Formats: sequence, C-alpha cells, structure tokens
Amino acid sequence: MKAVSQQITRSPHNKITCLSQLGNSPLAVAGLLIVGLLCIVALSAPWLAPYDPQAIDTWHILESPSKAHLFGTDALGRDCLSRLIYGARISLLVGIVAVGIATVIGTILGSLAGFYGKWIDGLIMRFVDIILCFPTIFLIMAVIAFLEPSILNIMVVIGLTSWMGVARLVRAEFLSLKQRDFVMAAKISGASNARIAFSHILPNAVAPILVATTLGVGGAILTESALSFLGIGVQPPTPSWGNMLTEGKDNLEIAWWLSMFPGLAILVTVLGYNLLGEGLRDALDPRIRSD
Amino acid sequence: MQDWKILSRITFSSTITFNMSIFLYLIKKIFTLGSTFLGITLISFMVMHLAPGEPMNLQTDFNPKMTPEMRDRLRAQYGLDRPLYIQYLQWLKGLAVLDLGLSFSPDRRPVWDKIKERLPVTLLINILAIGLILVIAVPLGVAAAVRHNSIFDQITTVLVFVAYAAPAFWVALLLMLYFGVYLGWLPISGLHSLMGYTQMSGWEKLLDWCRHLIMPVLVSALGGLAGLSRYTRSSMLEVLRQDYITTARAKGLPEKKVIYKHALRNALLPLITILGLSIPGLIGGSVIFESIFAIPGVGQLMWTSVMARDYPLLMGNLVIVSVLTLLGNQLADIGYALADPRIRTGVKIDD
Repeated sequence: MKAVSQQITRSPHNKITCLSQLGNSPLAVAGLLIVGLLCIVALSAPWLAPYDPQAIDTWHILESPSKAHLFGTDALGRDCLSRLIYGARISLLVGIVAVGIATVIGTILGSLAGFYGKWIDGLIMRFVDIILCFPTIFLIMAVIAFLEPSILNIMVVIGLTSWMGVARLVRAEFLSLKQRDFVMAAKISGASNARIAFSHILPNAVAPILVATTLGVGGAILTESALSFLGIGVQPPTPSWGNMLTEGKDNLEIAWWLSMFPGLAILVTVLGYNLLGEGLRDALDPRIRSD
Repeated sequence: MQDWKILSRITFSSTITFNMSIFLYLIKKIFTLGSTFLGITLISFMVMHLAPGEPMNLQTDFNPKMTPEMRDRLRAQYGLDRPLYIQYLQWLKGLAVLDLGLSFSPDRRPVWDKIKERLPVTLLINILAIGLILVIAVPLGVAAAVRHNSIFDQITTVLVFVAYAAPAFWVALLLMLYFGVYLGWLPISGLHSLMGYTQMSGWEKLLDWCRHLIMPVLVSALGGLAGLSRYTRSSMLEVLRQDYITTARAKGLPEKKVIYKHALRNALLPLITILGLSIPGLIGGSVIFESIFAIPGVGQLMWTSVMARDYPLLMGNLVIVSVLTLLGNQLADIGYALADPRIRTGVKIDD
C-alpha cells in the first residue's frame, strides 16, 4: 500500500528538463548573465573596486569621467565606480533578504489559506486586501518614521510589505493541487496534514514561487533605491545606488555622471532580474512546454 | 391567454430577481467597504504605536522646563493614559468627523486642512496619468497582440521591459536634465510660474500649467504604461484564441470588424480591474515625482512629515490616502460589474 501511494505521490515535474528550457529564449539567457555578473561584482567588490568607496579626496572634487576615475568623482572626491561596485553589494543584500522574508511569510500564509480553506482562507485574504489598500511606499515611510532608517529595518519592512503576491500565488496553487490524486493517495496512506502540505503539495507549488521570488528581487531593489533616494533608506556615507542619485540631484547641472551611472546600474540590474523571472515563468509553465 | 399570463409572470419575477441581485451585491459591497476600512484604521493604529516611547515624547523630551505634572497633563490631554482600545475608539471617532488632530509642526494647523489643500493636486496629476496610460497603453497592447511575434511586437516588448525596470526618479532626473537644463523648454519645478502668473490671461495660465505638468504626469504614467500595455496584449491574445473569433472570421467579417467590434470589447474588461489595482502604485509613485518636481501634493506632504517626524500629519495622510485607494478599488469593481453582465446575474465564468 505504501509503495503504491509513494509511486503516485512522486513529483509530476522533472525540474531539470524545465530549467534547461531557459536556453531557448535569448532574453532569459541575457537576464541570467546579467544576474550572474551582478553577483560576481558584488562578491568580489573589495578586489574589483579601484579605490576605497569612502575615501574622501578634496583635490579631485566633481571630476568628470577620466582615465583615473572611470565614472568620475562626487562632491567629496570619492570615486564613483568604486561606490557603484559597493552599492551593488547593498542592493543585492537588501533585495535578497527582503524577498526572502516576503517569500517565507507569503508561503506560510498562502499555504494555510489554500490548504485549510473556509474561514482561515477568508480571514487571510481579507487581511491581504486590507494591506493592499495602503500604497506601499506610504506604508514603508510611515513605519520607518517610527523606527529609525537602517539597512536591517529597510530589509524587514520591504519584506513585510511585499508578501501579498506570493501568498496569493501559493494559495491558488494549493487550491488547485489539493484536488489532485496524489494528495488523495497521501491521505489514504495515513499522512498527517502537515506532511501532505510540506512534502507533497509544496514541492509542486515551487515553480510560481521561484518566478515570483526572482521578479520580487527586482522590485525590492527598486523600492530600496527609491527609499534611499528620499533619504529614509540606506544612510550615507554607505553607498547605495539610491542615495548616490540624491547627490546626483543636488548637482544636476554640473555633474551629469552622478545621475547617469547609478540609475543605469539600477536599470540594468532590475532588467536582468525581470528577464530572468519571465524566462523562468515561460520555462516552468506546463502549458507552453514543447514536450 | 394562458401564454400571456405565463409570460408576464416570468418577466415580473425575473425583474425582481434582477433587482434583488443588484441589491444583494450592493449590500455585500458596503459590508466589504466597512470591514476593510476598519482593518485599515486598525493597522494604522498599530503602526502608530510601533515607536518606542510615547507619541508626545518628541515635544517633551528636549524641553528643560517640562515637569512631571505637565507630562501627566499632556498625557491626559492626548488620552494616552487610557487603555489602548479606548484610544483606538477615540481616534476612530475623530476620523469619522475628519478630525485628525493638530500637526506637530510649528504652525499647529489641523491635519485635515493641510491634507485637504494638497489632495486635489495629487488627484489631478494621477487622473491625467491614468488618462495618458489608457490612451497610449491600450492601442499599443492591441497592436502588439494583432501583430503577434512580429518585429513591432518584439521591439515593444523590449521597450516595455526597459520601462518597467527604470527607476521613476532616475527618469525624472534625466528628463529634468535634458528638457529643463540643457534644452530649457520645460520648467523643472512647481505647478505654475511664480513671476508674472497673475498677469497672465486665462489661456496663458492653462498653457503654463500644462508646461509644468507634462513631466510629472509622464513620469507618473511610465510604470503603469508598461504594465497595462503588457496586460492588454496578453488579454487580447487570449481573446483572439477564442472560438467566437474563429466563428466571426468564418462568417466572412472583415478583419477590422473582428478585432475592433468583437475581440476588443471582451479584452478590455479585465483592464478595469487592473486599473483599479494600479491606483495604490500611482499614488505611491507620487511621493517620488512630487518631491523631485516640487509639486505641493499629498506625496510631498508625506515625505516632509516623515522628515520632520510630524506624527499626526503622517498618520492622517496614511489613512486618508488608503481610504481613497479603497474607494477607487471598489469603484473599479462596480465598474467591472456594470460592464460585464455575467457578474450581475451570477453566471459562473469558466476559465
């Protein structure tokens, strides 16, 4: 009996062939390359950056891009390229941790809602609707006004305000997967509710969660840079692409490079994550698969 | 004679069922509105009490003349000595009559007044942005769907991805730099010119406003444009796959009629919901461009109140904006119900 139910409960997807589908789309490959490049840059920052990002050099203030300073210097003489590279670390860190928090919360709440249904589902979904009424930036600003702006606070707050999409996705997956035969087989063979949810249903719901997580990192990076730009995110002198743009705004007419490069970095990074996410979605979607 | 009686009975009862279903729908809507509003106020109230210490510490801590008796009096005045749920109910009572307290800033004006004078500006820009989004994104999405997988489709897809990934404040800065500083065509701040505004004629004033509003509206619309055109495209593609489109083509209808008369109407329905869902995003985005372009709206008010730690203003702003978003979403829902007769009569929609 156990052997039979084990056979039925084996995962219907073979993830390896799905992921290799990514190679079919040039845009998705481009996204993967961009994300990979970003990770390498962020990890090797101390070796890659030509100067110390906090090194103030008052002899070379607001210099336009030159051979010595490839992306120019800012108002305190700090090298922009080095600040950009270290900024990649911050963006990546905030993006991944914030999305990690959001995914954990969203998966837990979504699976509870989808699995148990009825009033738990109603309650959680009403909660999601209520939070969705707050414009995200307003809510984050209000919370940060009461706590102090710091990298940890931002990561937690961004995570706490972006789990709703994941929760809805997970709930939808659980609702549809609950009806499948392998769940029935698991129940018959005496598996507890928790085991059914975690060992049987959840592994099959991973695909949309993966897509949402990848797309979410892009969104989290955009939110963090917006907050840093407004002055309530990463505080100077720690370099973040967002607060580099604040300096860019202050020196708009005389130093175009301060505004151009950090923004370009954000654009390319978020583009990379979005392309990768969309590519993953197409690769893991059972309807479009060529086999 | 019998048939007439049966017919009239059927018509009569179906009218009653029709009215009953609308009535029930409205009752459900009001219930949703009420409970969501309570949820919004509850969460806002909890956020208010996140800060360590008491809300009035900012006024009292740095004042050397503050005595314990004065502290107690302030505490009683703000009702902070009562249990939490009483404080919540008191705040709720104030909300109902739009009494959101006094601002902490030196002018000590009522919070509602400050919000009231800035709300129209933000609403104006957001409505204009929604208009711009509709005018550009819908035709773009439809054209991309009709020319599926062509060069046009691929180019617009790439452009949409780039627009999605570009940070709004960066685009605003670039626009300011190019059109404001280098070319000098458009002014870079404010709602209207400061010099000589009062001497302008009606038409000149309108033109002045337009010149000032172009860049903020453009920046506000950018993200929504990308999203909506993408969604229109996929909605249109979904509709074009349906059987009734094949039927229309088989009947020999000209392609233009098939697309614009039959497919478009059904593809546009989900857009109403999407527009409703993008309202919080638009209002949230107004924080950024209002700060950059120095537009006196609720977004900029939120930012300055956060900077100044003006808590009553902050919370009042949050609640008002969230309630407006709630109303906007419900309006979108009602609009969708009006547009799609299947919702009203409760017919099950298959996937």
